[in-house]
Amino acid sequence: MKAKFLIPLALFGVLVVFLAAGLGLDPREVPSPLVNKPAPAFKVPQLEQPEMQFAAEDLKGQVWLFNVWASWCVACRQEHPVLMQFARQKLVPIVGLDYKDKRKDALGVLQRSGNPYDINAFDEDGRVGIDYGVYGVPESYVIDKAGVIRYKHIGPITAEALEKTIIPLINELKKS
Amino acid sequence: MKTLYAILLVLCACGNAVAKDAAPLADDPVVEQRLIVISEEMRCLVCQNESLAGSRSDLANDLRREFRTLIKQGKTDAEIREFMVSRYGDFVLYRPPVKPTTWLLWLGPFGLMIVGVVALFVYLRRRSTEIGPENVLTDEERKRAEAMLQEGEK
Repeated sequence: MKAKFLIPLALFGVLVVFLAAGLGLDPREVPSPLVNKPAPAFKVPQLEQPEMQFAAEDLKGQVWLFNVWASWCVACRQEHPVLMQFARQKLVPIVGLDYKDKRKDALGVLQRSGNPYDINAFDEDGRVGIDYGVYGVPESYVIDKAGVIRYKHIGPITAEALEKTIIPLINELKKS
Repeated sequence: MKTLYAILLVLCACGNAVAKDAAPLADDPVVEQRLIVISEEMRCLVCQNESLAGSRSDLANDLRREFRTLIKQGKTDAEIREFMVSRYGDFVLYRPPVKPTTWLLWLGPFGLMIVGVVALFVYLRRRSTEIGPENVLTDEERKRAEAMLQEGEK
Protein backbone atom coordinates (compact mmCIF):
# COMPACT_ATOMS: atom_id res chain seq x y z
CA MET A 1 0.00 0.00 0.00
CA LYS A 2 2.80 2.33 0.93
CA ALA A 3 4.48 1.92 -2.44
CA LYS A 4 1.45 3.46 -4.14
CA PHE A 5 2.28 6.87 -2.71
CA LEU A 6 5.70 6.68 -4.30
CA ILE A 7 4.29 6.38 -7.84
CA PRO A 8 3.72 10.14 -8.34
CA LEU A 9 7.15 10.79 -6.90
CA ALA A 10 8.71 8.30 -9.35
CA LEU A 11 6.80 9.88 -12.25
CA PHE A 12 7.99 13.29 -11.12
CA GLY A 13 11.54 11.96 -11.07
CA VAL A 14 11.21 10.71 -14.66
CA LEU A 15 9.80 14.09 -15.70
CA VAL A 16 12.70 15.91 -14.04
CA VAL A 17 15.22 13.71 -15.86
CA PHE A 18 13.53 14.42 -19.23
CA LEU A 19 13.33 18.16 -18.57
CA ALA A 20 16.95 18.32 -17.42
CA ALA A 21 18.11 16.48 -20.53
CA GLY A 22 15.90 18.69 -22.72
CA LEU A 23 17.27 21.88 -21.21
CA GLY A 24 20.81 20.71 -21.90
CA LEU A 25 20.10 20.32 -25.61
CA ASP A 26 20.42 23.19 -28.02
CA PRO A 27 17.48 23.14 -30.45
CA ARG A 28 19.57 25.09 -32.93
CA GLU A 29 21.99 22.21 -33.28
CA VAL A 30 20.33 20.17 -35.96
CA PRO A 31 22.44 17.15 -36.92
CA SER A 32 23.64 17.64 -40.47
CA PRO A 33 22.96 14.91 -43.02
CA LEU A 34 26.09 16.09 -44.83
CA VAL A 35 28.50 14.59 -42.31
CA ASN A 36 30.34 11.65 -43.93
CA LYS A 37 29.13 12.76 -47.37
CA PRO A 38 31.32 14.33 -50.05
CA ALA A 39 31.58 18.10 -49.61
CA PRO A 40 29.30 19.72 -52.23
CA ALA A 41 31.32 21.04 -55.15
CA PHE A 42 31.31 24.75 -55.84
CA LYS A 43 33.35 27.35 -57.64
CA VAL A 44 33.06 31.00 -56.66
CA PRO A 45 35.23 34.10 -56.85
CA GLN A 46 37.67 34.71 -54.04
CA LEU A 47 37.03 37.52 -51.61
CA GLU A 48 40.37 39.28 -51.80
CA GLN A 49 40.99 38.66 -55.50
CA PRO A 50 37.63 38.69 -57.28
CA GLU A 51 39.26 37.70 -60.56
CA MET A 52 40.43 34.42 -59.05
CA GLN A 53 38.16 31.49 -58.33
CA PHE A 54 38.10 29.04 -55.48
CA ALA A 55 36.72 25.54 -55.94
CA ALA A 56 36.22 22.92 -53.24
CA GLU A 57 38.28 20.38 -55.17
CA ASP A 58 41.31 22.72 -55.16
CA LEU A 59 42.12 21.32 -51.73
CA LYS A 60 41.70 17.64 -52.55
CA GLY A 61 44.38 15.61 -50.84
CA GLN A 62 44.47 17.95 -47.86
CA VAL A 63 42.55 18.15 -44.62
CA TRP A 64 41.00 21.59 -44.28
CA LEU A 65 38.71 23.66 -42.15
CA PHE A 66 35.84 25.38 -43.92
CA ASN A 67 34.40 28.25 -41.92
CA VAL A 68 31.25 30.09 -42.94
CA TRP A 69 31.22 33.68 -41.73
CA ALA A 70 30.07 37.19 -42.58
CA SER A 71 30.79 40.74 -41.55
CA TRP A 72 27.20 41.17 -40.33
CA CYS A 73 27.42 38.09 -38.14
CA VAL A 74 27.77 38.98 -34.47
CA ALA A 75 28.63 35.49 -33.24
CA CYS A 76 31.51 35.42 -35.76
CA ARG A 77 33.22 38.18 -33.79
CA GLN A 78 33.09 35.96 -30.75
CA GLU A 79 34.65 33.15 -32.78
CA HIS A 80 37.28 35.31 -34.43
CA PRO A 81 40.00 35.21 -31.71
CA VAL A 82 39.68 31.40 -31.51
CA LEU A 83 40.19 31.14 -35.26
CA MET A 84 43.15 33.53 -35.12
CA GLN A 85 44.78 31.36 -32.50
CA PHE A 86 44.07 28.22 -34.54
CA ALA A 87 45.55 29.86 -37.63
CA ARG A 88 48.80 30.52 -35.78
CA GLN A 89 49.20 26.77 -35.24
CA LYS A 90 49.29 26.30 -39.03
CA LEU A 91 47.78 22.85 -38.67
CA VAL A 92 45.55 22.88 -41.75
CA PRO A 93 44.42 25.45 -44.31
CA ILE A 94 41.47 27.51 -43.10
CA VAL A 95 39.10 28.42 -45.90
CA GLY A 96 36.50 31.05 -45.23
CA LEU A 97 33.15 31.29 -46.96
CA ASP A 98 32.02 34.88 -46.78
CA TYR A 99 28.29 34.27 -46.80
CA LYS A 100 25.79 36.79 -48.17
CA ASP A 101 28.05 39.70 -47.54
CA LYS A 102 29.31 42.86 -49.15
CA ARG A 103 32.89 42.56 -50.32
CA LYS A 104 33.86 45.94 -48.87
CA ASP A 105 32.42 45.15 -45.42
CA ALA A 106 34.09 41.75 -45.27
CA LEU A 107 37.49 43.10 -46.29
CA GLY A 108 37.09 45.86 -43.71
CA VAL A 109 36.51 43.32 -40.92
CA LEU A 110 39.56 41.28 -41.95
CA GLN A 111 41.71 44.39 -42.05
CA ARG A 112 40.56 45.66 -38.66
CA SER A 113 40.62 42.48 -36.63
CA GLY A 114 43.01 40.21 -38.50
CA ASN A 115 42.66 37.51 -41.11
CA PRO A 116 42.79 33.89 -39.96
CA TYR A 117 41.93 32.55 -43.43
CA ASP A 118 44.30 31.18 -46.02
CA ILE A 119 41.70 31.67 -48.73
CA ASN A 120 38.28 33.27 -48.65
CA ALA A 121 35.54 32.25 -51.02
CA PHE A 122 32.89 34.86 -51.67
CA ASP A 123 29.32 33.54 -51.61
CA GLU A 124 27.44 36.68 -52.48
CA ASP A 125 23.95 35.23 -52.98
CA GLY A 126 24.22 32.43 -50.41
CA ARG A 127 23.95 29.68 -53.02
CA VAL A 128 26.99 27.78 -51.71
CA GLY A 129 25.63 28.18 -48.18
CA ILE A 130 22.41 26.44 -49.21
CA ASP A 131 24.34 23.50 -50.64
CA TYR A 132 26.20 23.18 -47.34
CA GLY A 133 22.99 23.35 -45.32
CA VAL A 134 24.02 26.59 -43.63
CA TYR A 135 21.22 28.06 -41.55
CA GLY A 136 23.05 29.99 -38.86
CA VAL A 137 26.41 31.62 -39.35
CA PRO A 138 29.05 30.83 -38.17
CA GLU A 139 29.25 27.19 -39.13
CA SER A 140 32.40 25.14 -39.68
CA TYR A 141 33.21 21.93 -41.48
CA VAL A 142 36.21 19.65 -41.23
CA ILE A 143 36.85 18.15 -44.67
CA ASP A 144 39.22 15.23 -45.14
CA LYS A 145 41.75 14.39 -47.84
CA ALA A 146 39.15 12.61 -49.96
CA GLY A 147 36.91 15.67 -49.86
CA VAL A 148 34.43 14.17 -47.41
CA ILE A 149 32.85 16.27 -44.65
CA ARG A 150 33.84 14.62 -41.39
CA TYR A 151 32.48 17.07 -38.87
CA LYS A 152 30.19 20.05 -38.70
CA HIS A 153 30.23 22.62 -35.94
CA ILE A 154 27.21 24.88 -35.66
CA GLY A 155 27.68 28.24 -34.00
CA PRO A 156 30.93 29.88 -32.95
CA ILE A 157 33.86 27.52 -32.43
CA THR A 158 34.84 27.69 -28.78
CA ALA A 159 38.38 27.13 -27.52
CA GLU A 160 37.05 24.00 -25.82
CA ALA A 161 35.48 22.57 -29.00
CA LEU A 162 38.72 23.29 -30.84
CA GLU A 163 40.93 21.55 -28.28
CA LYS A 164 38.69 18.62 -27.49
CA THR A 165 37.06 17.81 -30.81
CA ILE A 166 38.36 19.61 -33.85
CA ILE A 167 42.15 19.42 -33.38
CA PRO A 168 42.16 15.71 -32.36
CA LEU A 169 39.96 14.93 -35.36
CA ILE A 170 42.21 16.89 -37.73
CA ASN A 171 45.32 15.16 -36.38
CA GLU A 172 43.71 11.78 -36.92
CA LEU A 173 42.56 12.67 -40.44
CA LYS A 174 46.01 13.94 -41.37
CA LYS A 175 47.53 10.60 -40.43
CA SER A 176 45.26 8.56 -42.65
CA MET B 1 -8.53 70.57 -46.41
CA LYS B 2 -4.99 70.78 -47.60
CA THR B 3 -3.76 68.54 -44.76
CA LEU B 4 -6.45 66.03 -45.63
CA TYR B 5 -5.21 65.94 -49.22
CA ALA B 6 -1.67 65.55 -47.97
CA ILE B 7 -2.69 62.60 -45.78
CA LEU B 8 -4.58 60.98 -48.64
CA LEU B 9 -1.60 61.46 -50.90
CA VAL B 10 0.71 59.80 -48.38
CA LEU B 11 -1.72 56.92 -47.96
CA CYS B 12 -1.88 56.40 -51.71
CA ALA B 13 1.89 56.44 -51.92
CA CYS B 14 2.09 53.80 -49.17
CA GLY B 15 -0.44 51.65 -50.96
CA ASN B 16 1.70 51.80 -54.08
CA ALA B 17 4.82 50.86 -52.18
CA VAL B 18 3.13 47.78 -50.73
CA ALA B 19 1.81 46.76 -54.11
CA LYS B 20 5.30 47.03 -55.56
CA ASP B 21 6.75 44.80 -52.84
CA ALA B 22 4.19 42.10 -53.51
CA ALA B 23 4.65 42.15 -57.27
CA PRO B 24 7.14 39.25 -57.66
CA LEU B 25 4.69 36.93 -55.90
CA ALA B 26 2.20 37.28 -58.70
CA ASP B 27 4.81 36.45 -61.30
CA ASP B 28 3.46 33.03 -62.02
CA PRO B 29 0.44 32.04 -59.93
CA VAL B 30 0.92 28.33 -60.65
CA VAL B 31 4.51 28.36 -59.43
CA GLU B 32 3.55 30.42 -56.38
CA GLN B 33 0.71 28.05 -55.51
CA ARG B 34 3.02 25.05 -55.62
CA LEU B 35 5.68 26.97 -53.71
CA ILE B 36 3.22 27.68 -50.89
CA VAL B 37 1.99 24.08 -50.74
CA ILE B 38 5.54 22.70 -50.52
CA SER B 39 7.00 25.27 -48.20
CA GLU B 40 4.11 25.09 -45.73
CA GLU B 41 5.21 21.53 -45.01
CA MET B 42 8.73 22.60 -44.10
CA ARG B 43 10.31 24.13 -41.08
CA CYS B 44 12.31 27.31 -41.32
CA LEU B 45 15.65 26.52 -39.71
CA VAL B 46 16.30 30.04 -38.55
CA CYS B 47 13.02 30.54 -36.69
CA GLN B 48 12.15 26.97 -35.94
CA ASN B 49 8.52 27.50 -35.00
CA GLU B 50 7.67 28.99 -38.36
CA SER B 51 7.08 27.25 -41.63
CA LEU B 52 9.23 28.06 -44.62
CA ALA B 53 6.15 29.55 -46.25
CA GLY B 54 5.49 31.95 -43.39
CA SER B 55 9.00 32.95 -42.41
CA ARG B 56 10.46 36.30 -43.35
CA SER B 57 14.01 35.29 -42.50
CA ASP B 58 16.71 35.79 -45.06
CA LEU B 59 17.37 32.08 -45.44
CA ALA B 60 13.67 31.38 -45.99
CA ASN B 61 13.62 34.03 -48.73
CA ASP B 62 16.64 32.42 -50.36
CA LEU B 63 15.15 28.95 -50.12
CA ARG B 64 11.85 30.10 -51.62
CA ARG B 65 13.84 31.62 -54.45
CA GLU B 66 15.61 28.29 -54.84
CA PHE B 67 12.25 26.47 -54.86
CA ARG B 68 10.98 28.77 -57.62
CA THR B 69 13.98 27.88 -59.71
CA LEU B 70 13.51 24.18 -59.05
CA ILE B 71 9.80 24.35 -59.86
CA LYS B 72 10.53 26.16 -63.10
CA GLN B 73 13.08 23.47 -63.93
CA GLY B 74 10.19 21.02 -63.72
CA LYS B 75 11.27 19.25 -60.53
CA THR B 76 8.61 17.24 -58.72
CA ASP B 77 7.56 17.94 -55.13
CA ALA B 78 9.39 14.79 -54.02
CA GLU B 79 12.59 16.02 -55.68
CA ILE B 80 12.30 19.39 -53.95
CA ARG B 81 11.75 17.67 -50.61
CA GLU B 82 14.84 15.55 -51.30
CA PHE B 83 16.77 18.74 -52.10
CA MET B 84 15.96 20.04 -48.63
CA VAL B 85 16.39 16.78 -46.71
CA SER B 86 19.82 16.13 -48.24
CA ARG B 87 20.96 19.52 -46.94
CA TYR B 88 19.14 20.02 -43.65
CA GLY B 89 17.99 16.52 -42.66
CA ASP B 90 14.54 15.16 -41.82
CA PHE B 91 14.20 17.89 -39.21
CA VAL B 92 13.17 20.27 -41.97
CA LEU B 93 10.02 18.25 -42.72
CA TYR B 94 7.00 18.75 -40.50
CA ARG B 95 6.02 15.19 -41.38
CA PRO B 96 9.26 13.20 -41.27
CA PRO B 97 9.35 9.79 -42.99
CA VAL B 98 8.66 6.67 -40.94
CA LYS B 99 12.00 4.89 -40.41
CA PRO B 100 13.85 3.34 -37.46
CA THR B 101 15.11 6.68 -36.11
CA THR B 102 11.62 8.18 -36.20
CA TRP B 103 9.70 5.15 -34.94
CA LEU B 104 9.59 6.57 -31.42
CA LEU B 105 8.24 9.83 -32.78
CA TRP B 106 5.51 8.23 -34.86
CA LEU B 107 4.61 5.26 -32.65
CA GLY B 108 5.38 6.73 -29.21
CA PRO B 109 1.97 8.37 -28.73
CA PHE B 110 0.19 5.13 -29.66
CA GLY B 111 2.50 3.24 -27.27
CA LEU B 112 1.57 5.65 -24.48
CA MET B 113 -2.10 5.19 -25.33
CA ILE B 114 -1.80 1.39 -25.14
CA VAL B 115 -0.04 1.69 -21.77
CA GLY B 116 -2.85 3.95 -20.57
CA VAL B 117 -5.62 1.64 -21.78
CA VAL B 118 -3.94 -1.40 -20.19
CA ALA B 119 -3.51 0.50 -16.92
CA LEU B 120 -7.18 1.51 -17.02
CA PHE B 121 -8.29 -2.10 -17.57
CA VAL B 122 -6.10 -3.39 -14.77
CA TYR B 123 -7.45 -0.71 -12.47
CA LEU B 124 -11.10 -1.40 -13.37
CA ARG B 125 -10.68 -5.15 -13.03
CA ARG B 126 -9.04 -4.79 -9.64
CA ARG B 127 -11.84 -2.54 -8.49
CA SER B 128 -14.50 -4.97 -9.68
CA THR B 129 -12.84 -7.86 -7.80
CA GLU B 130 -12.72 -5.71 -4.66
CA ILE B 131 -16.51 -5.56 -4.71
CA GLY B 132 -16.64 -9.18 -5.87
CA PRO B 133 -18.99 -11.96 -4.64
CA GLU B 134 -17.39 -12.20 -1.22
CA ASN B 135 -18.44 -8.63 -0.57
CA VAL B 136 -22.08 -9.16 -1.49
CA LEU B 137 -24.39 -9.11 1.53
CA THR B 138 -25.72 -12.37 2.97
CA ASP B 139 -29.49 -12.69 3.48
CA GLU B 140 -29.09 -12.02 7.17
CA GLU B 141 -27.04 -8.85 6.59
CA ARG B 142 -29.53 -7.63 4.03
CA LYS B 143 -32.36 -7.98 6.54
CA ARG B 144 -30.40 -6.06 9.12
CA ALA B 145 -29.61 -3.33 6.64
CA GLU B 146 -33.27 -3.03 5.62
CA ALA B 147 -34.27 -2.82 9.27
CA MET B 148 -31.74 -0.04 9.81
CA LEU B 149 -32.98 1.88 6.79
CA GLN B 150 -36.60 1.63 7.92
CA GLU B 151 -35.61 2.84 11.33
CA GLY B 152 -33.92 5.80 9.77
CA GLU B 153 -37.02 6.71 7.79
CA LYS B 154 -39.20 6.94 10.90
